[in-house]
Amino acid sequence: MKYEAIVIGVSAGGLNALKTILPTLPHDFKIPVIIVQHEHASSDDFLAHYLNDRCMLTVIQADEKIKISSGNVYLAPPNYHLLVEDDKTFSLSIDEHVNYARPSIDVLFETASEAYGNKLIGIILTGANSDGSIGLKEIKKRGGLTIVQEPSKAEVATMPSAAISATQVDYILPLEEIGPFLCKLEENL
Amino acid sequence: MDENIENQNIEITLLLEAIYLKYGYDFRDYAKSSIKRRVMRFMSLSRTNTISEIQHKLIYDKDFFKRFLLDFSIHVTEMFRDPSFYKIIKEKVIPLLRPLPFIKIWHAGCSTGEEVYSMAILLKEENLYEKTRIYATDFNESVINKAKEGIYPLDKMKDYSYNYQKAGGTSDFELYYTSSYEFVLMKKFLKENIVFADHNLATDSIFGEMNMIICRNVLIYFNKNLQNKVIKLFRDSLCEGGFLCLGTKESLIFSKYVNEFEEFASKEKIYLYKGSHYR
Ligand SMILES: C[S@@+](CC[C@H](N)C(=O)[O-])C[C@H]1O[C@@H](n2cnc3c(N)ncnc32)[C@H](O)[C@@H]1O
Repeated sequence: MKYEAIVIGVSAGGLNALKTILPTLPHDFKIPVIIVQHEHASSDDFLAHYLNDRCMLTVIQADEKIKISSGNVYLAPPNYHLLVEDDKTFSLSIDEHVNYARPSIDVLFETASEAYGNKLIGIILTGANSDGSIGLKEIKKRGGLTIVQEPSKAEVATMPSAAISATQVDYILPLEEIGPFLCKLEENL
Repeated sequence: MDENIENQNIEITLLLEAIYLKYGYDFRDYAKSSIKRRVMRFMSLSRTNTISEIQHKLIYDKDFFKRFLLDFSIHVTEMFRDPSFYKIIKEKVIPLLRPLPFIKIWHAGCSTGEEVYSMAILLKEENLYEKTRIYATDFNESVINKAKEGIYPLDKMKDYSYNYQKAGGTSDFELYYTSSYEFVLMKKFLKENIVFADHNLATDSIFGEMNMIICRNVLIYFNKNLQNKVIKLFRDSLCEGGFLCLGTKESLIFSKYVNEFEEFASKEKIYLYKGSHYR
């Protein structure tokens, strides 16, 4: 199987973006999805419940030490960085903010890229900062597949634009096409 | 695996081994991804070019190691972090501690002490502080010294005061410190029953007969092996009916000792130690 994980980074406008993409993934979608959505530090697990109610896949907050496995969409818990270990389990940390963010997209993307190498898909969606640009570049460098939401149609263009100027990304797609695109990729695995 | 990454992993393993052999600090069972990020960060801060160069310098230069240790470990902390945790302590744990003649609390991995002062304030407001002794420990001498001083940036106080209110604080937060310029100094009466000490969870031994152990956001940095070892240390340091308080994203679920504890407050990760007859 070519791809073993998908990482998604999203900030302002994320609720709408995630609620567009995730429900299009079927219940037997084989690639685990790992998401950093910037949230306020004191947020609870509302987002996971909200998305879980609308998805065929199971949406949960990532816990440390659990094995990353298919059928799940993992969300970084608010106020923690989410890291992927080489053995495909999660770690959490309360290290300093990175790009003013905790969780930071770069932290997830960089560690996931080390763990999965060219078997990783990285996606940057709407957002008002440039977190994730460095991480996406790493994914590309290691032979992973990179996708960015088309900035002109994004709720906030800053983050996708920053990612596009930092990396020669593989695909720039409007939000509605990302889900179906992932499904097609997965079917051809 | 990418050969570069493989080589890097070898260098890191050797580095941790060298630190252990030379200085006795054992990072070998820490979660690898975090360790790697810290090493890379230190490499750019210290203008070294390779991990092996760091290793060489560490062995021959004690001051370089001290600097490394300071940058390497993570000391991020807050006062009344997770207000709901303190609220539950106040509402559910305190009533069970109140009848005791004397209360012993161990704050392990207390970093620069913000958590410890938060607990002292809470106990003060519950009129329990006088009969309490708090042992506040960390393996990093310089953060323990900072904890002892109790000096914090003034600009953090607004957030802390907000947390304090949300935690159910009953007084005026400003009464607990004096400010001068950009800093605040925690009042002396809060420090009276706190003992600050150096203690390494990976290599040092038990702290006896505790009624409550608080160790938050430390275990997330350890691998399963070390987590189990430290939880055993906590178990052996607790009185029967004592409380173990972990960070919001930490739990005993994967631990070998889960059956010896009862979930007391599941969201706040407070566990009650049932006693040695459950082994
Ligand atoms: C991220 S801080 C958590 C501080 C605080 N408990 C909180 O939750 O806000 C982790 C602390 O654990 C300490 N620590 C890490 N490894 C340790 C060990 N082996 N023994 C004792 N303390 C350790 C670090 O020095 C640091 O101060």
